[in-house]
Amino acid sequence: MKPEDEVLRRQRDRSRIMALLLGAFVVLLFFITIAKIGINW
Amino acid sequence: MPALEITNAAALPADWRDLLALTKPRVMSLVVFTGLCGLLAAPELPPAVLGFTAILCIALGAGACGALNQWYEADLDAKMRRTAKRPLPAGRMDRQTALHFGVGLGAFSVLLMGLAANWLAAGLLAVSILFYVLVYTVWLKPRTAQNIVIGGAAGAFPPLIGWVAATGQFAPLPLLLFAIIFLWTPPHFWALSLFVRSDYAAAGIPMLPVVAGARATRRQIFIYSLPMAAAAIAPWPLGLAGPIYGASAAILSGVFLVLAARVFGSRSSDPADMPAERHLFAYSVFYLFALFTALVADRWIAW
Repeated sequence: MKPEDEVLRRQRDRSRIMALLLGAFVVLLFFITIAKIGINW
Repeated sequence: MPALEITNAAALPADWRDLLALTKPRVMSLVVFTGLCGLLAAPELPPAVLGFTAILCIALGAGACGALNQWYEADLDAKMRRTAKRPLPAGRMDRQTALHFGVGLGAFSVLLMGLAANWLAAGLLAVSILFYVLVYTVWLKPRTAQNIVIGGAAGAFPPLIGWVAATGQFAPLPLLLFAIIFLWTPPHFWALSLFVRSDYAAAGIPMLPVVAGARATRRQIFIYSLPMAAAAIAPWPLGLAGPIYGASAAILSGVFLVLAARVFGSRSSDPADMPAERHLFAYSVFYLFALFTALVADRWIAW
């Protein structure tokens, strides 16, 4: 594998994982907000 | 040319698996478990998602500690067989990536803890991360053979943080849980450092067996086991836990003391021939898991 290919592969893998983590974080923030609203009522 | 290969490897973006390895996932499991038990032993429970987030923050904080520890100790890790294959000493990542990853993870974990649980728990998490990195890794570990004793406090924070995340305040029981892990850490690590002594010596880390010798270390292991057992049993007579926990703590601590006494009586100087030390080390991990499981079982079954 050429070095450029390896750089691209790693960047692609990291981008995918970052997207997954950000998606999970958005979902988590949504449920935290719902739970906080429930507590404050 | 190995030097060129290392430069090339470090110039590549770090592989995500190496970033994950920086967080020391195996160490994290014990931290997450004790934090979860601290939360579940609390008299009032937060909503599930907030409890989950609190434990997630403890895990991320522990991961930040692992990353910053490996960033600071990359040169030492390269000298020890056990740690030479980690991402930094093996040249698979540049140091700045590890530093940024560790600081970012730590800051994120503290902010999220503050937003999801409360700012007292977030403050405790920040103190535990700073204590582990600055007091233990940077200050004590390279300077004194007592590094594990005071540095052990960093690993003792999770159940306290879990409890405070659930209740928003301190109480005697989580402070005792802190004391148990604080007193458990020296026998646990010194048993390990007896049979991996040559590695620590090669890296110039003043672990007790290197500085004071195996005999003094074995004596200290036994001495620390006594107040540890007392702290482990104490919640029962103090009325902070019930008989399920009390009986479990007494039996588990009794076995711990027997194994520590066997280490005290051992005279072996060959790291390959130290069954008593290996048994104590393996049992010490089981001991902490079992003790905290008993605490949660006691809280949920008997009270």
